[in-house]
Amino acid sequence: MSVRPKMRELSPEERKAGFDEVEKGLALHQALPEASRCLFCHEAPCVSGCVAGVDVVGFVRRLKTRNFVGAARLIREANVFSAVCSRVCPSEEQCEKPCSSTNLAEPIAISALHRFVADEELKRGIRPEKAGTPTGKKVAVIGAGPAGLTCAHKLARLGHEVTVFEAEEKPGGLMVYGIPRYRLPSEIAEAEIEYAISPGVNLKTGVLVGKDIPFDEIRRNSDAVFIGVGLGYKSQLDIPGHDLPGVLQAGEFLRKAALGDPPELSGRVAVIGGGNVAMDAACSAVRAGASEVVVLYRRREEEMPAWKREREFAKTEGVEFRYLTAPQRFVEKDRKVAGIECVSTKLGEPDSSGRPRPEFIPGTEHVIDVSYVILATGQGPWPEISSVFGGIRFNASGTIKVSPETLATSIEGVFAGGDAVNGGKTVVQAVADGKLAAKSINDFLS
Amino acid sequence: MVDLSLEFCGVKFPNPFTLAAAPTTDSAEMVARAFEAGWGGAILKTTSVETEVVELVYPMMSGIDFEDKKLMGLQNIDLISERHIDEVEKDVKALKKEFPDRVVAASIMGAEKEDWQELVRRLEAAGVDLIECSFSCPHGMPERGMGSTIGQDPELTERTARWVKEAAERVPIVIKLTPQIADITAAAHAVKRSGADGVCAINTLKSLIGVDLDTFIPYPNVGGYSTYGGYSGPAIKPVTLRCVAEIAKSVDIPIAAVGGISTWMDAVEFLLLGATNIQLCTAVMRNGFRIIEDLIDGLTVYLEEKGMKSVTELVGKALPYIVDHSKLSRDYKVVSAVNRETCIKCDVCYIACMDGAHQAIELDENRIPVINEDKCKGCGMCETVCPVEGCITLKPRES
Repeated sequence: MSVRPKMRELSPEERKAGFDEVEKGLALHQALPEASRCLFCHEAPCVSGCVAGVDVVGFVRRLKTRNFVGAARLIREANVFSAVCSRVCPSEEQCEKPCSSTNLAEPIAISALHRFVADEELKRGIRPEKAGTPTGKKVAVIGAGPAGLTCAHKLARLGHEVTVFEAEEKPGGLMVYGIPRYRLPSEIAEAEIEYAISPGVNLKTGVLVGKDIPFDEIRRNSDAVFIGVGLGYKSQLDIPGHDLPGVLQAGEFLRKAALGDPPELSGRVAVIGGGNVAMDAACSAVRAGASEVVVLYRRREEEMPAWKREREFAKTEGVEFRYLTAPQRFVEKDRKVAGIECVSTKLGEPDSSGRPRPEFIPGTEHVIDVSYVILATGQGPWPEISSVFGGIRFNASGTIKVSPETLATSIEGVFAGGDAVNGGKTVVQAVADGKLAAKSINDFLS
Repeated sequence: MVDLSLEFCGVKFPNPFTLAAAPTTDSAEMVARAFEAGWGGAILKTTSVETEVVELVYPMMSGIDFEDKKLMGLQNIDLISERHIDEVEKDVKALKKEFPDRVVAASIMGAEKEDWQELVRRLEAAGVDLIECSFSCPHGMPERGMGSTIGQDPELTERTARWVKEAAERVPIVIKLTPQIADITAAAHAVKRSGADGVCAINTLKSLIGVDLDTFIPYPNVGGYSTYGGYSGPAIKPVTLRCVAEIAKSVDIPIAAVGGISTWMDAVEFLLLGATNIQLCTAVMRNGFRIIEDLIDGLTVYLEEKGMKSVTELVGKALPYIVDHSKLSRDYKVVSAVNRETCIKCDVCYIACMDGAHQAIELDENRIPVINEDKCKGCGMCETVCPVEGCITLKPRES
């Protein structure tokens, strides 16, 4: 039996040179043997591991017989953002986790095979979809991220007239403004966004709902509404010096990097936080000129919310991790940040998040010299969300309250999904939400 | 210590492993390297008289893969050696001088009676130990009335074999048969009647290896055209096993087995079916002369573990167990059994039983297959698809 193949990837040295995609995909002679290794299980467990419901066995069978486009189209029916998800899904925790082959050797490299067929499809160009027979119904979608675009795509193919309102200049949400280019090249996201809107989806960008157009007006003009506005970045670290020059917000930093214009960094850069955004910020800092990158985190690695693959990725790139370290204040020099005064922590009783609470150890104060700081202390619901979407009920955390079966909000005809509902999960979860909402909306309209 | 030596048509081989007449034996230099590696014998690539024109085409080799494995089968449109009898005579002399304990055999092909007989006389004089006659090449040569044109007709086979045998004073004559015949035992009987000493089964199967989906030109593409070829390699082994078994059960004649043999295990199967010489070609072309180490070592250890002193103890041992279909017991009943401990829950057995058999497998709440013994006929399909060794077995029903 052949072994699970690894994609070619850039060496840590090559990565520093810029934001080129790190993973290069499988070669044909790697993909075909890997497809052959698949057992083609009955009621394959991999499928249950995919929230988008991709028919993994079906696409691997097609791949195995060199029907790459057929494989890619099968995936695309389940997941509009196929090539994107093949790059950013934490597959080891999803489809690959229950793989039966794990019991023989290693799980099938499903994500790498997925990417292989998605890339083969991209080489040829994705076949656009046609709008369905007009139903005369109008649907408004607020937010052009993966949830909103998926919902819009599916509804347009069912014949509904769909208009997407997007506050940014470009559609795509995090796929364009958040995920680093070395993970997801912009042309990949752009190709799939173009596909998503291909069945005649109307797109209004640069329109901020609540400011440029009231939510009520959208509701009045539509038979149904989908809200998929995602999350904003939080900067909860309200310690002295947080407004000094040189202290950057991860969201803004990543946004500039994703748009191809990363801020130029130098010297030692500290990233404060332990989530995936912190890992993205740290690895982007490596590419933006930092000579050293250090991640400061109040707890231990075990408590980090960042996925293991993200942590390993950062370590490969030479990012240093300092655990049990809590910043107290930023040290100023020449009217710019020059250091972080930190205190060591020990872990106490669990807090409301279920993780042990970090407790300061008196007398362990120390200063870490830095040239820049990137604050990556998390994402959360947009603060304005409750005032913009008046009448909708929210959870205590600020996320939108929906029925899990239909994604219906407390207002009839208004549905919601994606990060704004789940508090921040994955692109594929947003896609799954977009699909479910489209089905619910179609049911509601017919 | 076990004895691997074996007598075939009165010639003693130090071990049964012999290089078939093929590109691997087309020069004394190659065969010398094979002998140094440990091969027991070699059939030099088929040669003919100087007047026989041999014009080869290229490319001549095309493979077929099975999923991730290369070369399940190999097709060639090679012809006989470009080196005529005069050069082969020199090779025979050189090899016999350097390797007196190995078997140096020649393979010949002719058009006329005079050609066949001249070839035999000259090779015998050069010192060959055995002569094999190709009545069986399926491509190219039949267009000239040679190769399988002869082997497909028992009368032509008997007549031609008789010519060859008449000319031989000392060396045994072996006739290489084609599987492209309705009843291969008829050809083997014809050889027996001719007085020739043995048969070699089988030559390649006539084939068309594939078609290029973009150019529509079959493989191999020789300047825009292709043709039929001869199919060899692991894919054809079951056909060879059947041919050897049929001959062994019906004709009292020594048999050299060739066609799809790659491992010592394959060799054991052929010995058990009555062959006393084992020839390899495709496996050597792919993996080199060095595989003789694995063949000899594997066979030696197998015989040791079986408590056998000589490879001859294996010969023909499987033959009594082959009977006509009508003679098989209708009272023997088996039923599938699943080992719940080793099952990996892929449930490919379930699919195979549902759509290819008797709908006798159900899945429990943990996705582990459960055999419905009332419905299970014991067909064995589930066992063939299970990826875990020994997980599904067929056990006799208690009557």
